[in-house]
Amino acid sequence: MESAPFRVLGEQLGMSEGEVIQRIGTLKRNGYIRRIGGIFDSGRLGYYSTLCALSIPEERISEVAAIINGYNGVTHNYIRNHSLNMWFTLAAPSKETARKTLKEIEEKAQTGQILSFPSEKTYKIRTNFDMKE
Amino acid sequence: MLSILDKRIIRRLQEELPLEERPFKTMAEELGTTEDELLQRIRGLQEEKIMRRFGAVLHHRKAGFSHNAMVVWSVSAERIEEAGAYMASFPQVSHCYRRTASSLWEYTLYTMIHGRTREDCESVISDISRKTGITAYEILYSIKELKKESMKYFTGQED
Repeated sequence: MESAPFRVLGEQLGMSEGEVIQRIGTLKRNGYIRRIGGIFDSGRLGYYSTLCALSIPEERISEVAAIINGYNGVTHNYIRNHSLNMWFTLAAPSKETARKTLKEIEEKAQTGQILSFPSEKTYKIRTNFDMKE
Repeated sequence: MLSILDKRIIRRLQEELPLEERPFKTMAEELGTTEDELLQRIRGLQEEKIMRRFGAVLHHRKAGFSHNAMVVWSVSAERIEEAGAYMASFPQVSHCYRRTASSLWEYTLYTMIHGRTREDCESVISDISRKTGITAYEILYSIKELKKESMKYFTGQED
């Protein structure tokens, strides 16, 4: 948290402030960097977080995904190799709001029951990748 | 308690950091405060661990970490704390959570394992299983990413 963060970064990397800014711009345009910003702790902000799973036939995946992905609280949605094939995360201001959202999804998307696995404890949450690997 | 300004700061920090020499000065102007006040409040959010990290969010597939395995483990209540902490110590494990099980799904410990290949992931998984003695687990590979975004808090569109 510096007034001139790119200059400080440049000093650490042995390059000028302008070059740091330019290179970051390139990495973003080429899709390596999604954004530069803050990542916040859901729990400390008072949010209820759960991981949800359901079984969707292949031919309905796009349609159901479009409905689920439309919710602001759904941040990740993946197809996985299991009979429970669609897995998405849901963050909501409360357990009750989450429950209502899931019920709404079940109705709108005509899915069967959506299983919900709320997080009880986080042992690790990390997004620092070792680029040297 | 978060003030209204704190929530507006959080909302703004979830967007892009301006690629300028004084990005915080620019954002402070947008938010109607001073650069010093903004930096001070952000440091406060960091100290309270409300902001976990500030930096570049990578497109992990492009960065070469293409294999993402979710491994779900069936672990007894007595062992789970120790198992969770142990699995978290592996560098290939990026996330580790304890979650509530259900009658239809017995698993309580969830790990996200990243590797360049499936073989890399599986070798770490076997290693963890061998060392913990936990043999009841399933590996769920991601075969399609349908959505991956950062959560946007305080947007006013709470679902």
